[in-house]
Amino acid sequence: MPDNTAYVAAAVAISAAVTWALRCLPFAALAPLRASETLRYLSVCMPAGVMVILTVYTLRDVSLESAPPAGLALAATLCLHLWRRNAVLSVLGGTAIHVALASTLFSHS
Amino acid sequence: MGLALFPLGIAFGVLVVHAGLAWWWAPVITAFVYAGSLEFLLIGLITAATPLAQVALTAFLVNFRHVFYALSFPLHRVGGRFGKAYSTYTMTDEAYALTTGEAAQSWSGRRILWLQGLCQVYWVAGASLGAFFGVLAPAQLAGLDFALTALFVVLAVDAIRARRDIPTPVLALVCALVARFLLPGQMLLAALGLFTAALLTRRALVSRREAARA
Repeated sequence: MPDNTAYVAAAVAISAAVTWALRCLPFAALAPLRASETLRYLSVCMPAGVMVILTVYTLRDVSLESAPPAGLALAATLCLHLWRRNAVLSVLGGTAIHVALASTLFSHS
Repeated sequence: MGLALFPLGIAFGVLVVHAGLAWWWAPVITAFVYAGSLEFLLIGLITAATPLAQVALTAFLVNFRHVFYALSFPLHRVGGRFGKAYSTYTMTDEAYALTTGEAAQSWSGRRILWLQGLCQVYWVAGASLGAFFGVLAPAQLAGLDFALTALFVVLAVDAIRARRDIPTPVLALVCALVARFLLPGQMLLAALGLFTAALLTRRALVSRREAARA
């Protein structure tokens, strides 16, 4: 654990700067952006794909031992969201199920 | 809808403290970075002491989708240089979804700014409260980090449902798994790079086929 305030501050500042640049610069370059069919295509396809990749990324360290609670919580989140379409309910419900499973039935500590 | 940010903010604040960071990083990160999914990822990147160049590249790839929001976000209705600057700074997925929806077509610039400000207040306040809980209950709550996975699952389902395009998420899943097993150390960047390349290839193939048919 880096107890390094300067490093964390730099990481936060860089993330903030990159994020803001991505949000405001395209308004200045709006005309060429609108014309680009390729960018339009990426704009349609990217969000869903990026979220799928991020989902897998957060599960990258799941082992055989931690797979059952993660899999069950994942299924619960999916079902909740397909059923109720309420983001808060799905996220909190899935997380609550994972916490409950990981600290009781599938506790390894 | 903006209220959804409050409970997620609480989860974020708890995770910041449990990752070993000082509690005040929770309000600082949420106020300055203000891009939910990146912030959750940032906790992991920071605790792993990831090189800053890689932090920048991750921020770029994860938030690249915001570039496309400029195509339809109603910034022309927001007045003043400061107003426009703040409006782009806080143009999150939620703000974009709310201000481009059917109901928001008649909203004034002032109302748009108020909505964005309120969303940010919910998010920062939630994170601060979460950090407070984290300090009060230092015992690790096993499995709380699943909140991030659940958030991405929800965002993925919503995005897929909006487009009804199944090949794209399947392609993304394949890219993620390939990156996970071939380049586990650089999984995120490899997967996002691979996915972008695959999309561009698919686009090139489709337009060539259309050109051949025409």
